[in-house]
Amino acid sequence: MSFPLLTATAALPALGAVATAAVPAAQRTAAKWLALLVSLATLALAITVLLRFDPDGARYQLTESHAWIKDFGVRYELGVDGIAVALIALTAVLIPFIILAGWHDADPLETGSRRWRPTQGFFALILAVEAMVVISFEATDVFLFYIFFEAMLIPMYFLIGGFGDRAHEHGEETAATQRSYAAVKFLLYNLVGGLIMLAAVIGLYVVADNFSLQEIASARANGSLHMATSTERWLFLGFFFAFAVKAPLWPLHTWLPNAMQESTAPVAVLITAVVDKVGTFAMLRFCLQLFPEASRWATPVILVLALISIVYGALLAVGQRDIKRLVAYASISHFGFIIMGIFAMTSQGQSGATLYMVNHGISTAALMLVAGFLISRRGSRLIADYGGVQKVAPVLAGTFLIGGLATLSLPGLAPFVSEFLVLVGTFTRYPVIGIIATFGIVLAALYVLVLYQRTMTGPVKPEVSAMPDLRVRELVVVAPLIALLIFLGVYPKPVTDIVNPAVKQTMSDVHKKDPKPEVEAAK
Amino acid sequence: MENLIAPLIAAPLLGAAVLLVGGRRLDRVGHWIGTLLSTASFVFGLILFADLLGKNAEHRTLTQHLWTWISVGGFQADVTFRLDQLSMTFVLLITGVGSLIHLYSVGYMEHDERRRRFFGYLNLFLAAMLLLVLADNYLLLYVGWEGVGLASYLLIGFWQHKPSAATAAKKAFLVNRVGDMGLSIAIMLMFTTFGSFAFGPVLSHTGDASEGKLTAIGLMLLLAACGKSAQVPLQSWLGDAMEGPTPVSALIHAATMVTAGVYLIVRSGAVFNAAPDAQLAVTVVGAVTLLFGAIVGCAKDDIKKALAGSTMSQIGYMVLAAGLGPIGYVFAIMHLVTHGFFKAGLFLGAGSVMHGMNDEVDMRRYGGLRKYMPVTFITFGLGYLAIIGFPGLSGFFSKDKIIEAAFAKGGTEGWILGGAALLGAAITAFYMTRVMLMTFFGEERWKNQPTRSPEAPSAEPAAETRGEHSEPHPHESPKVMTIPMIVLAVGSVFGGAFFSIGDRFLHWLEPVTGHSEGDSPLSATAVTGATMVCLVIGVAIAWARYGRKPVPAVAPRGSLLTRAARRDLFQDDFNHVVLVRGGEHLTRSLVYVDHTLVDGVVNGTAAGFGGLSGRLRRLQNGFARSYAVSMFGGAALLVAATLLMRAV
Repeated sequence: MSFPLLTATAALPALGAVATAAVPAAQRTAAKWLALLVSLATLALAITVLLRFDPDGARYQLTESHAWIKDFGVRYELGVDGIAVALIALTAVLIPFIILAGWHDADPLETGSRRWRPTQGFFALILAVEAMVVISFEATDVFLFYIFFEAMLIPMYFLIGGFGDRAHEHGEETAATQRSYAAVKFLLYNLVGGLIMLAAVIGLYVVADNFSLQEIASARANGSLHMATSTERWLFLGFFFAFAVKAPLWPLHTWLPNAMQESTAPVAVLITAVVDKVGTFAMLRFCLQLFPEASRWATPVILVLALISIVYGALLAVGQRDIKRLVAYASISHFGFIIMGIFAMTSQGQSGATLYMVNHGISTAALMLVAGFLISRRGSRLIADYGGVQKVAPVLAGTFLIGGLATLSLPGLAPFVSEFLVLVGTFTRYPVIGIIATFGIVLAALYVLVLYQRTMTGPVKPEVSAMPDLRVRELVVVAPLIALLIFLGVYPKPVTDIVNPAVKQTMSDVHKKDPKPEVEAAK
Repeated sequence: MENLIAPLIAAPLLGAAVLLVGGRRLDRVGHWIGTLLSTASFVFGLILFADLLGKNAEHRTLTQHLWTWISVGGFQADVTFRLDQLSMTFVLLITGVGSLIHLYSVGYMEHDERRRRFFGYLNLFLAAMLLLVLADNYLLLYVGWEGVGLASYLLIGFWQHKPSAATAAKKAFLVNRVGDMGLSIAIMLMFTTFGSFAFGPVLSHTGDASEGKLTAIGLMLLLAACGKSAQVPLQSWLGDAMEGPTPVSALIHAATMVTAGVYLIVRSGAVFNAAPDAQLAVTVVGAVTLLFGAIVGCAKDDIKKALAGSTMSQIGYMVLAAGLGPIGYVFAIMHLVTHGFFKAGLFLGAGSVMHGMNDEVDMRRYGGLRKYMPVTFITFGLGYLAIIGFPGLSGFFSKDKIIEAAFAKGGTEGWILGGAALLGAAITAFYMTRVMLMTFFGEERWKNQPTRSPEAPSAEPAAETRGEHSEPHPHESPKVMTIPMIVLAVGSVFGGAFFSIGDRFLHWLEPVTGHSEGDSPLSATAVTGATMVCLVIGVAIAWARYGRKPVPAVAPRGSLLTRAARRDLFQDDFNHVVLVRGGEHLTRSLVYVDHTLVDGVVNGTAAGFGGLSGRLRRLQNGFARSYAVSMFGGAALLVAATLLMRAV
């Protein structure tokens, strides 16, 4: 038996979480370093997965399979396709930066505070989330996936509810209440989604007598497993609802701004750049493969909802007064693009959507983490409390601008490639939707540049006049992310090469082919 | 030889990277690094030019493939460069004028503590602009297209601590993004129509596509061109863009970037040739803008804004010519090049005047400066003669050809377009004479003036920061600034004649753009005669109003048209009321709707299932923790049950 690489990639951060939590309270710094080292080792494993994966090989690779709950046919079954590999790599790349950016976010508060902040717990929870996210990307057993899809809510709940920004304009009590509200809202929304999915998971078992994604999908493909149209549609909706809450899709999005606003910037990145990706990933992997007919049936409605997300999220981002809420609404707009790309059912749309997941993760991390550095200096999230930062902290302002330009999909940076692919992939099949979605690029420029203008330009506000520029630790976080944004902007081939074959498979699952051009002009 | 194309772009790109990442230790040499790399790019351009000249006209296309950029399904975008006569022309203009302006900026920005960064942005601009004109497909062109937009954003807002500069920068980027939408949609249309968006496959297969699709592509390309080239209705950003340092106005907002729209249309000639409706739209936009810009230029007292109106108007001429199809393509580009010389020269002259006048921009506070700044006066004067089309100078040749071509379109359209172009020539003569007279002739109105009113701060903030509100002492600028002005003046004088004698420019560009003579109802001599009459009328009226009579130091109220023109013909006010105010209301109400309605409805629906909203409400009463714990209970139970099942 070969080395269980996929299990190891998930187990390492899980064990690391336990070990980090077990570090004695006095050894706070040691716990941080331990967490960082574990996340780097996990990154090494993820890179190994990436290198061992053969894009032209079998659909699922590095598979592991063990019986688990025999009575119900639940198996411990892992395997990755190109889409999963890309997202595992994204997760593993981002976690070390999240840990490093949050280095002081969980330090004990100054004397006199009544709040207890378990430093070790903060880092252990981040690693726990990583472990669960990774295994969600790997699981090819529906039930196994479901368990971790739900279980990751627990560490996320504590991260949102337990650790907020240092300073708060309304005092600590209010802050704690608002945090709890955000955390419980996050939990309830996702639990409701999860419960509906649980019903669908059970329903699927009743119909298919099996939980194995590969077996069900191939049985569906060769016709040996027939589903009544209405059954398939109900099951599809059950799955899709849970994923749409997590993604989040309009109108199920309102938990995200609260959650991102109240949590620390690194945790906000964890939510939107990592955890939410499980939702869009699962649409591609489970909804399309298990329920191809129903997916096609639901496409028009989903595309319209995605389009609403794009425009609505962007408009709301324009109207925000809070930096983190603004980024949250921008993310809602971006998730609209991802979902639109998936359901456009073209290879450009789906490869673009997968690439979008990766690029959105990196660009949001860059923008949000710099925003977090900014907020930690001034102790306010309100845009109006800043002004003229560019003059006193040019490097901070410059990196913030690059993060912003990535968010508005400037050509030359990574998100442009994915956004254009999604747009063109949608346009070839649904021209009107594609054109309306293009308005999103104007609105994105609006919310990014307004944010930059109000915070960074103009006369220097007295409160920011003594603001220090980025420190070494902060530069170490931001510089590699920016380098990645530029690299993937001019050379996205490493990602598209592993994603394209998987998308081709998914396209054939749903029996869709790319539309042909009017004139065959390409050689 | 084609391997030299990439270094052409790489040199300024390297400069940008080094200067922007290098930090303060490069402050003392940064401007020379920037100038050197820009010049290097110009030298590469010259070598390539010599190489092209050595080849037959049909073989003057070089391509260099670097790598596959995006490849998904049938969607294939390569990083491939294409150098032909059209892009070569632009390369020489961009790097040549660009290098001169780098040199000028060494002097102009001498006292700015962020000079290194300024040169970094300038180099970034050059790289992006070169990418724009050298790309072999529309998606790569798009990278350069937005890249110049970014550089323009950074440079307009270079003095970011001034809210007006930051606002102008943002406005320019946003208006351009509207145009970029057009480019995006055009590329998507090309992909669905041709399965490709590379120049070769698209432009050689236009005959196979339906006219409807081609018209749509053409209109979308026109939208893109309107944004970048400040054509009506997307022209509103250009006047505000004068907030940027004057060398930026000369390079980006006069000589090169704003002409990118003309490049796009001429490059896509095959599409437009097959889509007459789109062509008509192009000519209409060009004709309207050439009048719009000229009228605005007549009313501005700010020297840079008057020149900006003029730029808009002159690009209107080029767009008009480009819309005429093969009759006009060559002359659109020829006017683009000569305009690059004289307008860059005029802006540098304006900068030189401001440099000697404590950064004053109001022409009503100039006057009689010819005695104090002889070099500036002569070079600016030559640029002035060139732009109004004084016989023998550059503008005479290139503008005259466009007016002829407009008549040659034939029919009623030809008369209307030609008439508009003639009228534009008269207005051009008027407003440029006005600028000339107000600045260099007449009373010295800057003497014994009260200090500047704080409501109208200068575009260049150096004076404010230095606190120099005392009476200016006009003086000539240093050599590093006057030499580029002299070189550009030489181009303004001789460029047009050099291009026209023996139809050199026509023969050079024809293999790429094609050419036809059209069918003019008027003889060339008649058109030239009419143009001369217009010129004389324009100059005479200006002389009567600003030369014979003293210019008031405070602007008179003016006629309704003057007042409207001062406010850019109310187009900005329209934008403000409809788009800005309307948008603010929309977003504000959406924020409210999201907070109350969407959130409320979703929570309320969930209440039917599990009392979600009740729980959320009670949260605020301090029940948070207990509910959280109870929800966890549920989750934990689920996990426990799962594990238990395994044991059974």
